[in-house]
Amino acid sequence: MNHRLIAKSLGALLTIEAVCALPSLIISMTYNDGCAPAFTLFIISLTAAGLALNLIKPKSIEIYARDGFALVGFGWIVSAIFGALPFIISGVIPSVTDALFESVSGFTTTGASILAEVESLPKSIVFWRSFTSWMGGVGVLALMMAILPSVKANSIHIMQAEAPGPYVDKFTPRIAWVARILYVIYIGITLIEVILLLMGGMPLYDAVVHAMSTTSTGGFSSRNLSVGAYNSPYIEIVITIFMLLCGVNLSLYQMIPRGKINAILKDSETRFFIAVFICASLFVTIELAARNGESAPDAARHAAFQVSTLITSTGFSSVDFNKWPEFSKMVLIMVMFMGGCTGSTAGGIKCMRILLIFKILRNELAKILHPNSVHVTRLNGMPVEDSVLTGILSFFFLYMAVIAVSMLIISLDGFRLETTFTATLSAVSNMGPGLDMVGPMGNYSGFSDLSKIVLTVCMLLGRLEIFPILLLCAPSFWKQANK
Amino acid sequence: MKIIIVGDGKVGYSLAETLAVDGNEVTIIDRNMDTLKKTVENLDVMCICGTGVSASILIKSGVKEADLLIAVTNSDEMNMVCCLTAKKLGARHIIARIRDMQYADELNQLTTDLGLDMVINPERAVAREIARILEFPPALKIETFARGRVDMVEIEVTGAMEISDMPLKQISKKYAHSILIGAVLRSGNAIIPNGDFIIRKGDIIYIVGRLARLNDFCRKIGIFIPKVKSAMLIGGGRVAYYLGKYLEDIGIDYSIIEREHNRCTDLAAELPSAIIIHGDGSDDSLLKSENISEMSAFVSVTGHDEDNLISALLAKQFGVSKVIAKISRLTYSGIMQKLGIDNIVNPKQITANAIAQYVRGLENAMGNPVKTLYQIVEGQAEALEFIVTSNSRLINIPLKRMVLKPGVLIAVITRGNNIIIPHGNDKVQTGDSVIVITTGHRFTDLNGILEVVNK
Repeated sequence: MNHRLIAKSLGALLTIEAVCALPSLIISMTYNDGCAPAFTLFIISLTAAGLALNLIKPKSIEIYARDGFALVGFGWIVSAIFGALPFIISGVIPSVTDALFESVSGFTTTGASILAEVESLPKSIVFWRSFTSWMGGVGVLALMMAILPSVKANSIHIMQAEAPGPYVDKFTPRIAWVARILYVIYIGITLIEVILLLMGGMPLYDAVVHAMSTTSTGGFSSRNLSVGAYNSPYIEIVITIFMLLCGVNLSLYQMIPRGKINAILKDSETRFFIAVFICASLFVTIELAARNGESAPDAARHAAFQVSTLITSTGFSSVDFNKWPEFSKMVLIMVMFMGGCTGSTAGGIKCMRILLIFKILRNELAKILHPNSVHVTRLNGMPVEDSVLTGILSFFFLYMAVIAVSMLIISLDGFRLETTFTATLSAVSNMGPGLDMVGPMGNYSGFSDLSKIVLTVCMLLGRLEIFPILLLCAPSFWKQANK
Repeated sequence: MKIIIVGDGKVGYSLAETLAVDGNEVTIIDRNMDTLKKTVENLDVMCICGTGVSASILIKSGVKEADLLIAVTNSDEMNMVCCLTAKKLGARHIIARIRDMQYADELNQLTTDLGLDMVINPERAVAREIARILEFPPALKIETFARGRVDMVEIEVTGAMEISDMPLKQISKKYAHSILIGAVLRSGNAIIPNGDFIIRKGDIIYIVGRLARLNDFCRKIGIFIPKVKSAMLIGGGRVAYYLGKYLEDIGIDYSIIEREHNRCTDLAAELPSAIIIHGDGSDDSLLKSENISEMSAFVSVTGHDEDNLISALLAKQFGVSKVIAKISRLTYSGIMQKLGIDNIVNPKQITANAIAQYVRGLENAMGNPVKTLYQIVEGQAEALEFIVTSNSRLINIPLKRMVLKPGVLIAVITRGNNIIIPHGNDKVQTGDSVIVITTGHRFTDLNGILEVVNK
């Protein structure tokens, strides 16, 4: 493994993180909320650490798959650990475990919180929380590649390890430009949402915080009641649309300037995603209208908002869906499992995997009917390689295994099954709220430190799709050669 | 530049590597997903799976905005069709690999008809490289430019040479008509000489011409070049065929050892002056019976790296002074040098370098009306390539009556298959490609090289 290069890259990452804390510092000074010293200290220490690491001279600049995975694993852990510092220094979250939970929850775009009350907190801290999730949306290392000019040819390994989904769509020859274009799209969507939210009468600060939480599908709000606090159908609809937009593969949007809007609509994964969204919303609408007696437009609005927030793993809430009927809750849990599209900022297993698993199943059935038949699994008309398919199946198994093991440990706390299960699922799929105790009106502060650590790890595993973190735990990964 | 490479084989990969490192935006098209996967992991390029002949795949890879398309699949015909399609779709320059000997003779016709900007024939390039190694000692510096058509050798003039203190007119009269002194470096300044220019001791002269003639000239003016009289070639493939042609031109006697009988018969028909031997090139008794120890050079160019290596080692054992082996896998070359083999030629590297050089020429020429532009003479002079159009004022005027601007020289005229090193009586015709050597001038078109005459 190329330790020196990884250390040097981590240095660059920390420097970028320091720069990213500047907006929070400015906000802290504008509102005079007393956190300015904390952020100043944070920026100075991060810059110092970053520049010190940057002095390392790597022996070689080659990056192989294992280095890419290691850099992504370390990069995220280090970013999240440092990202917890403002919470601790400012004294907002004194416990280290809690601060780390909050920071990881931000970077992984989970949006789960141990805080019951956010409105009384310093504005800059709340802003930092949303900003970490915005950085984590497309990825911190992608941000590094987009900014730094010295991107090496095989940096594709880094992208591969960080980006959600079985493979990276390299739509332009230069990897640095792939990262740059993604960020341009991402920033563009965020800005448009800020403007639309402002038009809905949201204050500028709230609009920025909510836009960042929406596009990153993080779900941190600056209000205790989340989006429900504004009680505005317009705001809910805007956020619904933008959550869905960010649940779609972002790299598809680069086709719009080329006038190929059709290509986006023809993409099988996007179609599947939209179809699931529509069906799920419809089911929930019907039940809310029939059982809860809500008027059809209200039911539809609430259903669409909650389904989109859970399918994209954002985790906002406009109503307390914990009080919804059981069938609707089940639908929400199902879409939580699936998540958004590959290459989006959403979490979950990802539509493409689910879609391909269905295709594999169909082929297996056909094999029983015609034992000698030959099948090729296709996606968007292109054949999918067997290695990708096996990768998906093993990922699916690992995903379930992570949930099972985590639930086992968390059950030591003695909470109800609904709490334990949805808390774990919510962490792994980078959602935020679950049901029961961790429902939209609840939070994670009731868990023991052990459970919080387990959930923190779950969030990282979910965001990086298990392998980069799992690899760091494998003993053979650390040995030099042939062991 | 935006470059599309069709075919992700050995040459395609090397090319992509060189071009991507130079900072070009490279897209590779290939039918094999596995090779593409390896490529995309190691190089900063975009890969597209599909056939390069298909218009939709080409459009998908951005052919409409492409500056250059290079077709290097293993089928000549596919490369041609691919280039034709690409040109129709809007690619600005196209290069095809055409390696079949059947096309070799009509290559220039084919090039014009298909509108190709360059044709690469890796085997011929390798043969040429080997011929160059055989003819010139490594101490002499040779530059090749304009798609490998022009060679230029660099010589430092010493007092012992007869040419010192001689005007150029006299030199060409006395020695040879088929070479040309293209540039002179005197105390660090590049000068483009005319006929009255007098060579002085200490000048570094750059001579343009065909390899064999350059060799003759060097010898005549008193530079010692060990003469290779005889050579033995192992492997009767395409490289051997092209090399044979070169060796005939230079005047080296050679024999070819080939394992397959049918191929031997073909070679015997194609290369009448060669000795063709049917047998195994790594069999030492055969080599001995063919007098290997009397040979002044040994070249192994079979399709297998391992065979080439073994044969070359055997030859070294028998005391052949110049041993050359063709090695396709780059990773071997380090070991080879340690084993004492004098020269390694690597086809994919030679090809990739030739194209990369052409691409740099294209890039330099961007925004200029010239076709390509090469930096020569340590960057102090430029070789510009123009195509002669029917409205050019140069047509049908003997060069000696042409009044060129000072510091400008017509170095090479390419007409169809022929490369002409021009002299006073030669004329330029429509459709010729002309290489002009100059220092510092920027011309808007070929007419610009003429001195403005007030009538």
